[in-house]
Amino acid sequence: MAPKQEIVTRSGSSPFRNYAFDSSYYDEMFEAPGVPRRHYQALYDLLLDMPGEEFRRRKQAADLSFLHQGITFTVYGREEGTERIFPNDLLPRILTDQEWRRLEKGLTQRILALNLFLSDLYHEGKILADGVVPREIVYTCKHFRRQMRGLRVPKNTYITVVGTDLIRYPNGEFVVLEDNLRVPSGVSYMLTSREVMKKVFPVLFRECNVLPIEQYPQTLLATLRALAPPGRAEPVIALLTPGVYNSAYFEHAYLARQMGIHLVEGRDLLVHNNLVYMRTTTGLQRVDVIYRRIDDDFIDPLAFRADSALGVAGLFNCYRAGNVTLCNALGTGVADDKAIYAYVPKVIRYYLDQDPILPNVETYLCSEEKERAHVLANLDKLVVKAVGESGGYGMLIGPHSTQAERAEFAKRIEADPRNYIAQPTIQLSAAPCYIDGGVEPRHVDLRPYILFDGDRVHIVPGGLTRVALRKGSLVVNSSQGGGSKDTWVLESTES
Amino acid sequence: MLSRVADSLYWMSRYLERAEHTARLITVNLDLTLDLSHASVDQGWARAALSLGLTPPSPADAAALAQTLVFDPSSGSSSIVACIMTARENARQVREQISSEMWEQLNRLFHELKRASLTDLASTDPIEFLAKVIEGMHLFHGVTDSTMAHGEAWRFIQVGRYMERAVDIATLLRAHFHELGARDSSIDPRDHLHWIALLKSCTAFEAYCKVYTADPKPDRIAEFLLLNPEFPHSVRYAVDRLHNGLEALPDMAWTKKSSRLTRLSGRLKAALSFSQIEEIMQSGMREYLDSIQEQCGQIHAALYQIYIHYPIESAVEA
Repeated sequence: MAPKQEIVTRSGSSPFRNYAFDSSYYDEMFEAPGVPRRHYQALYDLLLDMPGEEFRRRKQAADLSFLHQGITFTVYGREEGTERIFPNDLLPRILTDQEWRRLEKGLTQRILALNLFLSDLYHEGKILADGVVPREIVYTCKHFRRQMRGLRVPKNTYITVVGTDLIRYPNGEFVVLEDNLRVPSGVSYMLTSREVMKKVFPVLFRECNVLPIEQYPQTLLATLRALAPPGRAEPVIALLTPGVYNSAYFEHAYLARQMGIHLVEGRDLLVHNNLVYMRTTTGLQRVDVIYRRIDDDFIDPLAFRADSALGVAGLFNCYRAGNVTLCNALGTGVADDKAIYAYVPKVIRYYLDQDPILPNVETYLCSEEKERAHVLANLDKLVVKAVGESGGYGMLIGPHSTQAERAEFAKRIEADPRNYIAQPTIQLSAAPCYIDGGVEPRHVDLRPYILFDGDRVHIVPGGLTRVALRKGSLVVNSSQGGGSKDTWVLESTES
Repeated sequence: MLSRVADSLYWMSRYLERAEHTARLITVNLDLTLDLSHASVDQGWARAALSLGLTPPSPADAAALAQTLVFDPSSGSSSIVACIMTARENARQVREQISSEMWEQLNRLFHELKRASLTDLASTDPIEFLAKVIEGMHLFHGVTDSTMAHGEAWRFIQVGRYMERAVDIATLLRAHFHELGARDSSIDPRDHLHWIALLKSCTAFEAYCKVYTADPKPDRIAEFLLLNPEFPHSVRYAVDRLHNGLEALPDMAWTKKSSRLTRLSGRLKAALSFSQIEEIMQSGMREYLDSIQEQCGQIHAALYQIYIHYPIESAVEA
């Protein structure tokens, strides 16, 4: 059945001539065909007024700026062109102050609860004893680190930097699709696309009263500083990167520069007497806080994967002794496991005694027999995800899949049910994008970045809006051909 | 500063200097070959290869040499493209240390070269293209000097740049004096163009004329390119700067070795300051140039031993 579609305006020269309005999902810009939402009016007027040629020129200028700044990411598994610019769509995704305040509240609640959850899991395990979350599902999670049992982390803070993926239901309500509690990336694209936007649309930007996000690096630095081991008044902070061949290297270098901290690789660090040092031109210098962008598995070959060449031998022991802080803490991946995700509403109620402000997407755990049967019977309607994967890998989108793919997934699910969950296919909301000289809707999600220093939660107003640039596609991951958009949160006009 | 960062900055700078030097040498040689007979064209390219410290190509490959020297992207090649690619790779590793303006300039240059490398050098206007490369490099140096704090990182860039320059010019001189022979002060009229080309390869022709008038003589050219204290592309100037840069590097409190480094560079600087061209010519130009290159090698090794690959035991004990 083809969804009902209407073209927004029919005038041949309008940039919206190919804009299909579809009521089966939430349209970020239009309430009804040709009727923009109030907070999109200024952008709408600008697009109608601006000659196509002028828009093309600005688009080119923006792309060139991304290329020359080297704002790139790496696509693995391809010899040629491993460095690509991150496709950026010039039209901002706009949120109202009201929408934002709700998100802020909901995310704060969620992060506080998840942090308490991690602390509990690695200490008393009350939530397990009370049977709210099944033990089995925690202990079978491959990101659960038994090495973290009983280890005290500074200010009891496990998750310092979080990127939570949100999508909208067709009625416009935001729901949490997943939490990224390990090493969330993408914040540099949020910051650089804002820089470029301000150059490309200065007038529109000023008219709209967009809330600033430029304070993110300073806030992150203050957060890291707050978590330094006690007694280190002027902590030395370093960002640990896997190196120049990592897909997010640009971001690592960008953040280190913006914060004025050292960008280190494993080979720059060494451990002596349970202290971490970096090798500098003036000798060895002690490091107090490491903002690590390396996965748990690779961080210390003595404690985790022995074949890791990226990590630092002995680092975990220093961490255990409290001589160095790692952000995020190790073992946080257990709380963003896609099966544990299904329990997050219960986790919030358990620790905070509050109803979740932001709902979860309905999730079927394949480890539960009844749910598995439902999943297997409805593979053509559901999205199936491997619990430990991210970046859009290991995923089946039922309605877009072939019979053979479904059969393959059914086999995998039967073989390892704990490793799979399923969710209904949700028509993500769509925002206007500049495509081939006109404006067309494309599906988007939203990833705000949340910082937690043990006392307070900070969220810069905005985030990374990822967009599935292929028509009809629901996959927004950069590794799967997604792009990004600047996200504007408008200042309240009432006050 | 991290030792790895110092290492990257140093090599970034060396590769860029090398690319600029190569670009200038090829430009001059392209220009020179217009005035030469076919036989001496090949000879000219053979000398160009030698001047860059490469094995001269067989006469059959001489014509392709320019193309290779500019565009050969294979690693291990010292073509302009390979040098700039490696310089950029090094810069990418220390992006947070250099200014955004520097990175953007280098990145832009890299993308322009990459675009151009799809074409045949001869089908474009090679001289204009090379001029753009050299200009891009000048721009990079200007941007570096005016957007980056002149601290430790900047000093490692300087050290790399002048180290490479000293070595490059010594190699260049060696090739010319070897090929053309240092026949006292008289000059074979057929070689006239080659001597001028040598000066031009160091952008030294005009500066030379101001000192000695437009009368190229091997001993004067050697004196100018080796011992002139004021001209930026003389060996002495480069070594002076190298020594200043090394002296300004941080003292390693835990080792006495850093004095060894400046002793080495100071000795080379003194040798160049007090040498007389007549003595050098008499006792052998080639030996003199060899000794300069050897001393540069020692300075490089000492730099690495002290700042970059120092043994951890000694650092921990201190």
